[in-house]
Amino acid sequence: MALSRRGLRRLSRAVRWAVLVLFSIALSFPFYWMLITTFKRTTDLYNLKNNPFLFAERPTLEHLRLLFGETLFLRWLINTTLAGALVVLITLVLALPAAYALARLTGRWGERLGIGIFLTYLVPPTLLFIPLSRVVASLGLQDTIWSIVVVYPSFTIPFSTWLLMGFFKSIPPELEDAAMVDGLTRFQAFARLVVPISLSGILTVVIFTFTLVTQEFVYALTFISSAAHQTVGVGVPIYLVRGDVYYWGSLMAACVIASLPIGFLYNLFLDRFIAGFTFGSVK
Amino acid sequence: MSRSRQRWLGPVMLLPAIVYVLALVGVPFILAFFYAVGDVKVGSTAYHFVGLQNFRSVLENPTFRRALRNSFVFTIISQALVMVGGNILALTLKDAFRGRRLFRFLILLPWVAPVSIGSIGWKWILDSLYSVINWVLVSLHLVKPLDVPMWLGQPTLAMISVILVHTWHVLPFTTVILLAGWTSIPRDIPEAAAVDGAGYFRTLFQITLPMLLPIINVALLFGVIFTFTDMTVIYILTRGGPYDTTQVLPSLAFFTGILGSDLAEGAAISLFLVPLLGVVAWLMLRTAHRAEVT
Repeated sequence: MALSRRGLRRLSRAVRWAVLVLFSIALSFPFYWMLITTFKRTTDLYNLKNNPFLFAERPTLEHLRLLFGETLFLRWLINTTLAGALVVLITLVLALPAAYALARLTGRWGERLGIGIFLTYLVPPTLLFIPLSRVVASLGLQDTIWSIVVVYPSFTIPFSTWLLMGFFKSIPPELEDAAMVDGLTRFQAFARLVVPISLSGILTVVIFTFTLVTQEFVYALTFISSAAHQTVGVGVPIYLVRGDVYYWGSLMAACVIASLPIGFLYNLFLDRFIAGFTFGSVK
Repeated sequence: MSRSRQRWLGPVMLLPAIVYVLALVGVPFILAFFYAVGDVKVGSTAYHFVGLQNFRSVLENPTFRRALRNSFVFTIISQALVMVGGNILALTLKDAFRGRRLFRFLILLPWVAPVSIGSIGWKWILDSLYSVINWVLVSLHLVKPLDVPMWLGQPTLAMISVILVHTWHVLPFTTVILLAGWTSIPRDIPEAAAVDGAGYFRTLFQITLPMLLPIINVALLFGVIFTFTDMTVIYILTRGGPYDTTQVLPSLAFFTGILGSDLAEGAAISLFLVPLLGVVAWLMLRTAHRAEVT
């Protein structure tokens, strides 16, 4: 019983939708679950007789009130934003010239060096955290937000340099040549011409760096020991738990607020990050 | 004069970034070796060379041996699942259709949301009393209300849980990398093979997959690094428990070196990550070199 061509196409479309729906439910379910938990009354959450997928009692904003009114959540959001902004700044100041040098000024060995810098991105925090905890302590930065402001660029610079290098290579070199004929120095051509037209590449690096700051867990957990100095990524899972008591409603509310906006932002720039990860070997 | 200034400009623009990264990656990397052959403790500046003693005591520790084995189990199983799932998903997402962007966003969430936040979400889903999974199992009469699975409290189930949650986290990353590979294959090549009489699976295994191999390599290498060296999921879900049965090398290094204040032994444990990292870096260089040549 052979299927007709049209029947086959219909079947393959049905299979695709089934696979997609199944996977997206499985992958996004925890976020749906955070969302529904956020608005449920505590008595509803902890009553095993209620269907957990539905609201047995009226929805409530109590968990959100508790989260913003009586926990350090807002403080963590501010800490994360502040650290993120500073890390972005340090990263751009160092990665922009380095990427330009690798793309234009250092020739063949620059390419090798670029790959070398990229490889340092692979050295994981879990290999370095023990010695770094001492370095941080000897700099007098332990238990402050400055510890991560100083350390995070060590993994944001390599990837950002790599991304920007690819970006600069796609700009025709004649642009700077012409400007230099007109009397600008090479550095002026870089600062006044190349950087302004690379705005979208820079924006990619800003988003990428910022998401890395919010996602990092190990260093923040290691260097910062008081709750008030934490970032969102450590504060929420570690310090919102009092003793052994989990305030699941507020905890899940914090999760929703800390994850969805970042997810949305990252999604917008996805294709650029992928080009970086795949060494530009696919377009 | 301007020529010689030109020659200096490259290194001068490059140097600050290199110094910064070397100071915070290179120096601690060397320090890790230095610590592992010494007797460093928190709160003391004394240092004596002790040779391989830390490694010996680590290797004699049954918890370490368990963690070493767990690290490989954790990495191999979750990467196998990720590779199969990632390719299936990339295949279904590669052609344009209505709603593709929405699906991509939903599928991507576990990767882009902070992993510690996603893990605490799972901790609630796998809760010993209020697990929604158990509620479903009970209402389908698959398990008895008083005998529900303790997802994070029983060693085997806990290991399965952390592997699956980590798989959940890495799968989107692998999917989008593979998706980039699948969409880069020109449509006419598989079509030409089909016209020449090759069946679906023959085309898949003899034409499409070999073309995808470099990108599969890249996805796998990153996946291995992100899995073998991570402790976040395990730290949040089980803290390595119950009874250290879900410890992996990075989490054990953290508990020993940071919480247990034994810097030397912690450093020795984390150095066991290096051989695998070396292999991955070497393979990555080969892949990058090939991409550069073609």
